[in-house]
Amino acid sequence: MSDASSFSYLLRLGDDRLVLGHRLSEWCGHGPILEEDIALANVALDLIGEATLLLKLAGQVEGNGRNEDALAYFRDAIDYRNALLVELPIGDFAVTIVRQLFFSVFSLLEMEALRRSANADLAGIAAKAVKESRYHVRHSAQWVITLGDGSDESHARAQRAVDDLWRYTGELFMADAVDRDAAAGGLGVDPSTLAEPWRAQIEEVLRRATLNVPSAAYMQRGGREGRHTEHLGHMLAEMQIVARSHPEATW
Amino acid sequence: MNMPDSRDDKTNGGGVQPADSQWPLWEVFLQPPHGAAHEHAGSVHAVSAEQALENARDVYARRGEAVSIWVVPSDAITASTPDDMGPFFDPGTDKPYRHPQFYKVPRGVRVF
Repeated sequence: MSDASSFSYLLRLGDDRLVLGHRLSEWCGHGPILEEDIALANVALDLIGEATLLLKLAGQVEGNGRNEDALAYFRDAIDYRNALLVELPIGDFAVTIVRQLFFSVFSLLEMEALRRSANADLAGIAAKAVKESRYHVRHSAQWVITLGDGSDESHARAQRAVDDLWRYTGELFMADAVDRDAAAGGLGVDPSTLAEPWRAQIEEVLRRATLNVPSAAYMQRGGREGRHTEHLGHMLAEMQIVARSHPEATW
Repeated sequence: MNMPDSRDDKTNGGGVQPADSQWPLWEVFLQPPHGAAHEHAGSVHAVSAEQALENARDVYARRGEAVSIWVVPSDAITASTPDDMGPFFDPGTDKPYRHPQFYKVPRGVRVF
């Protein structure tokens, strides 16, 4: 397995978490209530911390002297490899928390598998991320159940979020040559093997939340190849402007 | 987003009505590492016990302060009020014989 292929694989892992971490950070100071504001910021920090480690490792594997900051702040949208799901705007609280459930369940399954990676650094990062992801799943699942099984208003918003986001969930499990290379080489996991357990867990939470599981739909894709929604560019502009305006700044 | 004073709310008519939220208030108790007893840490708003536990974790225990958390509905706590101070506590202060300081400590017992 080539270094370029390993780099691409690690970039996907890092970018998913960096982009979602940044999206969640947009809630900071705007949370529905103090306690949830802090909770969302905690999850954001967990994800950005995981991204830092993953992108650092990606930079080492690439071998071109790019560190995690170079990869985070000096790549444009077309070079990002995150799934489309994580770059969508935060929407209302229901959208944020349903998206978090969808990603966290996926991330937990992915990181549980990556604990057995042949790359010891990646296995170590995954072991740390598993503990964090377990909490993210617990927190978001509990909220989805609360909203779905709550008032008419919260139920309607939660169902709308599930319906709107569903078409972005398929991309998480679409394996291509990069994924298959990583799985065959012992570095990574083939994401298509995670689809079934993911669906079982999500269906169980939605059932308890009295929410409907959407029927099969066309699944959006493109993020893994750098074809993103219009939203990512705007998000990156905000995320990157300080680092790009003051390239050598330290603080 | 401040922490309402549950004691005042209680004495003004029973049941906790936080001023800034419709969600019930919960008191949080943390057990520090090394097995000391649970201590009151503060309070959080939450709609359920499970959510109160998570909020308490995020607000009070995210820097490794605790190995165990208890949450208790604030209105399940019956507290003494400032008016109780006289009858409750003053009589204790002039009865020094209630303190075990008139006994000779037997030899062999370590005095702390």
